[in-house]
Amino acid sequence: MSNVKYILGHFEDPDDLMHGIEKLQENNVGIYDVYTPMPIHGIEEKLGYKRSRLPIAAFCFGLTGTITAFSMIYYMLVYDWPMNIGGKPAFAMPNFVPITFELTVLFAAYGMMFTFFYANHFFPGRAPRVMDLRATDDRFIIAVDAKANPYPDKIENLLKDAGAVEVKHNERKYVSYE
Amino acid sequence: MSAHNESILREPLITGENITYSKITNDVLVPVENKPNKAWWIGFGIAVAFALTWVVTISYTFWVGLGTWGLNKTVGWAWDITGFVWWVGIGHAGTLISAVLLLFRQNWRNSINRSAEAMTIFAVICAATYIFAHMGRPWLAYWVFPLPNQFGSLWVNFNSPLVWDVFAISTYFSVSLVFWYTGLLPDIATIRDRATGARRRIYSILSFGWAGSVKNWQRFEAVSLILAGVSTPLVLSVHTIVSFDFATSLEPGWHTTIFPPYFVAGAIFSGFAMVQTLLLIARKVMKWENYITMFHIESMNKVIIVTGSIVGVAYLTELFIAWYSGVEYEQYAFLNRISGPYWWAYWSMMTCNVISPQLFWFKKIRTSIWASWVLSIVVNIGMWFERFVIIVTSLHRDFIPSSWVMFYPTVVDVLLFVGSIGVFFTLFLLFLRVLPGIAMAEVKLILKSSSDQAKQKLIREGKVDPEQAEFYKNSLEKYDSVSKTEYANI
Repeated sequence: MSNVKYILGHFEDPDDLMHGIEKLQENNVGIYDVYTPMPIHGIEEKLGYKRSRLPIAAFCFGLTGTITAFSMIYYMLVYDWPMNIGGKPAFAMPNFVPITFELTVLFAAYGMMFTFFYANHFFPGRAPRVMDLRATDDRFIIAVDAKANPYPDKIENLLKDAGAVEVKHNERKYVSYE
Repeated sequence: MSAHNESILREPLITGENITYSKITNDVLVPVENKPNKAWWIGFGIAVAFALTWVVTISYTFWVGLGTWGLNKTVGWAWDITGFVWWVGIGHAGTLISAVLLLFRQNWRNSINRSAEAMTIFAVICAATYIFAHMGRPWLAYWVFPLPNQFGSLWVNFNSPLVWDVFAISTYFSVSLVFWYTGLLPDIATIRDRATGARRRIYSILSFGWAGSVKNWQRFEAVSLILAGVSTPLVLSVHTIVSFDFATSLEPGWHTTIFPPYFVAGAIFSGFAMVQTLLLIARKVMKWENYITMFHIESMNKVIIVTGSIVGVAYLTELFIAWYSGVEYEQYAFLNRISGPYWWAYWSMMTCNVISPQLFWFKKIRTSIWASWVLSIVVNIGMWFERFVIIVTSLHRDFIPSSWVMFYPTVVDVLLFVGSIGVFFTLFLLFLRVLPGIAMAEVKLILKSSSDQAKQKLIREGKVDPEQAEFYKNSLEKYDSVSKTEYANI
């Protein structure tokens, strides 16, 4: 058996890429992942990825922000140190709205961002898991796990038929970033 | 699908022949991957000189105190708050372009959003410097936050619009930064994968490990959409709250309910003008004419006419309501604006903001680069005068005639303002050198549907109605990046 770990099909056009995915799927070749320089709409459905739950996380963080802001202002202005300002009530609800809104947005945005980073394992300085350097430039790349699909010639032909401009048989999974 | 065909009647968003994905990368990264050209050095030199002026004057202000400004016991806010509101307003266009236009699926935002968002961040930084400076004792700036303190935890007054403003501006800055940086990740990864040596290491750290996998992109798109969704009400709230700083007071000329929408429209107006000022030069110097096309310029000019007209209606409404209210202080405040000692500021504002943008109704002017640039500067000046008129001419003569005074700026006031423009341009020019000024991934996204070459191909293949093809060809007349002679033969 060869040492090839991953087979990469390079496409120049996103439509050819979609065609390549279809071809591989018709022939029951499992796709490891697809790397593209831009988002491809409709690819998740094709590959059977579930809808992202990040919006739900954003909603929950936003709600946390609303509750935090409102309870903070209530505690400080109404409970802890109510002030008599011209005899007006300490619980001046309409005045709480702007900051409650701002903190809702702040919590939603930052909460979602950190969830996004966490889910994708993003952090400053993380070694990029890149299979081919051109995947962020101009190539649309389908990666096939060569160990799970041990018929490289068939895969190569399928990819080429679908319009792949280049097929690589890589012995390393990721491009070295040392 | 990535490549649905767009209606042929829509003008192209990318012009030029043989534009490929790699050409987009190469064109956009020219300033990042090469030594800067002469034009950049000249611009940067001037900007840094002004920025240093700012450093000197702000240091002098902090050392000596606010007595260095022209403020007096009647006019307690002048160039500082004028500058603050001006800069915050300029920031608004970036968020508008990146968030509101994303929600409305306006694809022309794709090539201008990155620079516009960067502009937002730098403009808010400039605005924040005024906030700190006008406090007088900037080392006590943390007093605006509700922190436990030695006074038995006397909290900040959450009924005060100034405290709302603290939260609004800091949230706005923070959220804009997230929006901008998240959008930058794929483009930083592109630079990283093309670079070598130390540059690769730096961009590798900055890229957070972006790989461009399906899940990366899927989550990225979810984040962009939700951030756009929350930024849209945020951007409207920020200038609304800025206007509350004035509108919730009892000062004649400030105490009006029209302020929030009027301020928001003015902010978008001035912000788009600043985007024009910057991008008309950037597209020329960086040779980005194929990506920031005449359609983009014309669309922005249209936004400028709309918002400029809203601002004009607001000015007239203010005058009418002042008269109609029957309140003599209010009536005098507006009479004083029009014909008092600061009449020239009022009429500069009226000319620059209401009259001159109406020139954009003429297609010749709207599609002329020179006219657009000059008018964008005029709008910037006009919007500065608007804030000056609102702040200084309202304050200098209010209720008690014995307190009436004039406001005269000092040299420090002037240099601080001019210097802040230098800070802004220094940051913007550095941004253009180290990060892509056009969102590459987003431009690549529309290459197959909205580019001129894709549309030409459809025409050549006879897939469109000839009458519509003719309409399309005629719409290209205005483009400076499309040569008309080549068009004769298709």
